[in-house]
Amino acid sequence: MSTKISIQHVGKVFGEGRHRVEALKDVSLDIADNEFVTFVGASGCGKSTLLRIIGGLEYHTAGDVLVDDQAIMGPGADRAMVFQHYSLYPWLTVMENIKFSRRLRHGRENLSAADVEAASGRADALLSLMGLTAAADAWPNQLSGGMQQRVAIARALMGRPQVLLMDEPFGALDAQTREVMHDLILHVHRLEKPTLAFVTHDVEEAIYLADRVVLMAPRPGRIDTIYEVPLPAEREQDMKHTPEFLSLKKEILARIRETSGMKTDQGMLDQLNLQGSTV
Amino acid sequence: MQSRPSTRPRRPGMWAIRGPLSRRQYWLFAALGLLVPLGLWWGVSSGAAVDKVFLPGPVDVFNRLVTWFTEDDLMSDMGISIYRVTTGFLISAVIALPLALMIGTFRPVQAVLEPLTDFIRYMPAVAFIPLVMLWVGIEESSKISIIFIGTFFQMVLMMAEDVRRVPLAQIEAAQTMGAQKGETISLVIFQAAKPALLDTLRVTMGWAWTYLVVAELVAANSGLGYSILKAQRFLQTDKIFVGIILIGLIGLVMDQLFRLAHRKAFPWLHLRS
Repeated sequence: MSTKISIQHVGKVFGEGRHRVEALKDVSLDIADNEFVTFVGASGCGKSTLLRIIGGLEYHTAGDVLVDDQAIMGPGADRAMVFQHYSLYPWLTVMENIKFSRRLRHGRENLSAADVEAASGRADALLSLMGLTAAADAWPNQLSGGMQQRVAIARALMGRPQVLLMDEPFGALDAQTREVMHDLILHVHRLEKPTLAFVTHDVEEAIYLADRVVLMAPRPGRIDTIYEVPLPAEREQDMKHTPEFLSLKKEILARIRETSGMKTDQGMLDQLNLQGSTV
Repeated sequence: MQSRPSTRPRRPGMWAIRGPLSRRQYWLFAALGLLVPLGLWWGVSSGAAVDKVFLPGPVDVFNRLVTWFTEDDLMSDMGISIYRVTTGFLISAVIALPLALMIGTFRPVQAVLEPLTDFIRYMPAVAFIPLVMLWVGIEESSKISIIFIGTFFQMVLMMAEDVRRVPLAQIEAAQTMGAQKGETISLVIFQAAKPALLDTLRVTMGWAWTYLVVAELVAANSGLGYSILKAQRFLQTDKIFVGIILIGLIGLVMDQLFRLAHRKAFPWLHLRS
C-alpha cells in the first residue's frame, strides 16, 4: 500500500525561554492509504498536537509532514477533522450542517447542475448511513451527544476528504453509545475508505478500531511504541474478550503507566490512611 | 394519636434553596413586588405632613400625564426622544459591529483598538458636552452625538467579547472543510456570535436611554429629558415623575421587542424542552 501521510522528524515547540515546552520531538511515522491508525498516550504526550499539525491547524517547528508527497500548508478540505464537541453550527439544521462545505467557494468551483444533484444525493446518503434521516430538519441542540457526533462525522465526510482526523470524537459519550459509534466508524471506514488518524485516551477503543496503535510518551512528546493489532480486518464486539485483545490492552496500559512519569506512592497512601484512622 | 410521620421526603417548598415556584405563585409575587411600593407611595404621599411639591401622589402623577398628553403635546416629546436615542444607538451599532468583528478575530486590531476603547469608555459622557457643542454645534446631531458617545465604546468592547466567545472548534471545523478567511468570518464567526450580539444590543439600548437626559441638556427645547429638566426649574415634581416613569416604560417595551426579535431570529435557542 502506498504512503498517504508521511511524518518526518516532526518537532513542535510552544513558547520561548522559560516558558519553552517541547510538545513533540523527532516524531516520524508513515500512515498508509486507507489505514486506520489510533494514537494513545499519557496526557501531555502531544497526540492531539500531532493530529492538529496533520490537519494544518497547528504548525510544526521542525521536520516535514507530507500528504501524498506534498508538504501541507495549513488546513484544507482534503483533511477533514472531527472534534470532541462544540463544532456543529447550532443555527443550521442537521442537513444544513452536513451540506456546509457546499456553501464554501472551494465546494462551488466549477460546479455543474449534475454536481449539485450529486451533492444533494450524497448528503442524503450520508444522512441515512449515519442513521440521521429522521433528524434531518432538527437543530443540533435537539440531539443527543451521540447523534451530534454522527452529524459532525457526516459533515466531515461530505467533501470526500482523503484523510479523516478525529480528536477524541467519542470522549464525551457514554459507554453504550460509544460502542455503537465504534461499529459505525468502522463501517464508514470500509465504505468511504479515508485514511483515518484517531486520537483517544481509551485503550480499548484504540485497539478495537485500529490497524495500528501508536503509543506516545510525554516530556518531550514522542512516539514510544507502535503496535500492530492482531485482529482480523472485520471487527466484532466479541473480539474484545479474546486473549489477544486483552493481552495487548494490558501491555499498552502498562506501557502508558510506565511512560507517564507518574507513580502511585504506596508509602504516601499508607501514611494518609494512618492519619485518617488516628483522627 | 397522630398518624405516623411519613418516611418519604416531601416535595421541596418554595423556600428551599433554589426551590420551585409555580406560574401562579410567580405572578402573585410579581404583583406583590409592584403593588406594595405603589401602595406605600400612595400612603406616604396622601399623608397631610407631606408637601405635594416634595412627593406627589400617584393620582397627581396620573393627572399630570393626562394634561401633558392633552395640552402639552406629550407625543411629540416622546417622539423626538425616541428618535434621538434610536438614531444615536443605531449609528453606534453600525460602526461597532464591524469593528468588534475585527477586534474579536484579529489580534493586531485588538491590540490597537481595545486599550484605547477601554480608556475612553471610562470618560464621563456628560463631560463631552462642551466639546460636542464646540465641534458638532447645538443642532439635533449634538444630542445624538452624546447618546453615541455614551453607548459606542461599551458596545464595541462587549461585542468584541461576544465574537471572541465563538467556540474555536466551530472555526477550525470550517477551516478543515476548506473555508477561506472571509468565509470563516461571515459564515461561521458572525453567524455564531449573532445571538450574543443581539443580547448586547438589548443591554446597550438600555444604557442609551440613560443618556437621554444628559443629551437633552444640550440646547434642547423638546423631549422627555428636556421636560424633566424644565419641570425641575418650575418645581413640577409630578411632571418629573411622569417623565421618569415614561422613560422606564419605553425602555421596558424596547427590551421586550428585543427579546421577541431574539425568539424569532434564533428559534433553536428557545426550544421548549
